Amino acid sequence: MEPILELKNINYAYHTLEGETKALTDISFSIAAGEFVALVGPSGCGKSTLLSIISGLLEPEEGLIKMNGKDWKESTMNIGYMLQHDHLFEWRTVYSNILLGLEIQHMLSAKTRAKANELLELYGLKQFANSKPSELSGGMRQRAALIRTLVLEPDLLLLDEPFSALDYQTRLSVGDDIGQIIRNAHKTALLVTHDLSEAVSLADRVIILTNRPAHISKIVPVTFTLEKDTPLLRRNAPEFKNYFNIIWGELNQNE
Amino acid sequence: MSEISVGQQSYLNMRKKHKRIVRVSRVAILLSFLFLWEFTANVGIIDSFIFSSPSKIALCFWGMVLDKSIFVHLWVTLYETIASFLLVTVISVLIAVILWCSKKLSEILDPYLVVLNSLPKSALAPLLIVWLGATKTTIIVAGMSVAIFGSILNLYTSFTTVDEEKIKLIYTLRGNKWHALSKVVLPSSIPAIISNMKVNIGLCLVGVIIGEFLAARDGLGYLIIYSSQVFSCVV
Repeated sequence: MEPILELKNINYAYHTLEGETKALTDISFSIAAGEFVALVGPSGCGKSTLLSIISGLLEPEEGLIKMNGKDWKESTMNIGYMLQHDHLFEWRTVYSNILLGLEIQHMLSAKTRAKANELLELYGLKQFANSKPSELSGGMRQRAALIRTLVLEPDLLLLDEPFSALDYQTRLSVGDDIGQIIRNAHKTALLVTHDLSEAVSLADRVIILTNRPAHISKIVPVTFTLEKDTPLLRRNAPEFKNYFNIIWGELNQNE
Repeated sequence: MSEISVGQQSYLNMRKKHKRIVRVSRVAILLSFLFLWEFTANVGIIDSFIFSSPSKIALCFWGMVLDKSIFVHLWVTLYETIASFLLVTVISVLIAVILWCSKKLSEILDPYLVVLNSLPKSALAPLLIVWLGATKTTIIVAGMSVAIFGSILNLYTSFTTVDEEKIKLIYTLRGNKWHALSKVVLPSSIPAIISNMKVNIGLCLVGVIIGEFLAARDGLGYLIIYSSQVFSCVV
């Protein structure tokens, strides 16, 4: 099957008056439809830069990005991007925050509104539709941000440390929660995180980046033999610590 | 909400007492100031020809209410102030938006705005009369000139300090610059715009009074300059 996303020899550098900082060198990998891939690496290694490039916010200096087999400039693929903070706007209700993307893309219609309502119901935010974001807990806010992304029906989800602003307990449950939502909706996702256990508990494959300028040091496929494969159950499985140690070792050997 | 505990009740009483003290003290300060002024003027400690006195002012005001002249002056000044205030608000928001849209333009114009803002506007007022004539337009422009440059600078600063990540969110949702402006920058700057308006209304009044000092047949500024020229603290 053709991969939904294919990166070939991506290079990127930041330019300032003081000079050039190489961020990414020779990054190549691909993601199949329905796959959940995690990207880990030391902080500041250019993980977020890579997401910005895939989403089209930044243009790579060299390299090729193909989506569904087409060059990214010609591709019409819908990419959803979830940022570290939920950035729900305080001057809008939860419901109209969720419609923000639809509004911008001129896709507001009875059908998309119904879809938004359905997602609100599904993820337990129905009774908060007309509340202000400040009335929601951290986990609920993150779920609202996910709905804002999902309502656009993205073919590929980019998650940029979406749980790192939450406290540890909420983070485990929201990670579990959102991980299952994405799996059940059969979405393709690329998660950037610095939390190794989060990566192992969510992903099918973990891509390990080196220090800056980042290149791929190893790709670890993650498979669990669980009857019910959820992030929280994975954390209790015996394989969990093996994967954790492999990734931990790989990251530290680079230093 | 049916039962109020003793602690809650005493807290509420304390708050009520606090509010009462604040209100009474405010009125008391005003009354004692007026009383002191009137008293010292009457017994001759201060010269009522130079300092006037509350009773004289009240009498004069009542006289102008009776012959209705005060309303003409009040209305003229109010009209000019509101006109220049509205113009300042609209124009400064527009210019701040344009500067926000073009980083180049804002960098080019920045020193000019700072210099224009620090010009002494009252010194410009005579020039305005020469350019525009002794009309209401001149006075409205004088009112605007005091407020507009500072207003543009403040609004532009508040536009540029909007969270970059929120703007990035708009771009990740496939929005463009216009969406960033209308969905993020303007709504999140509303508190700044309102506080800016509060400052502007005062500055516009100052500018309008300066204008009326120099080029008016009516208005509060005209009244002030007229009475200072005939050396009267009551008109």
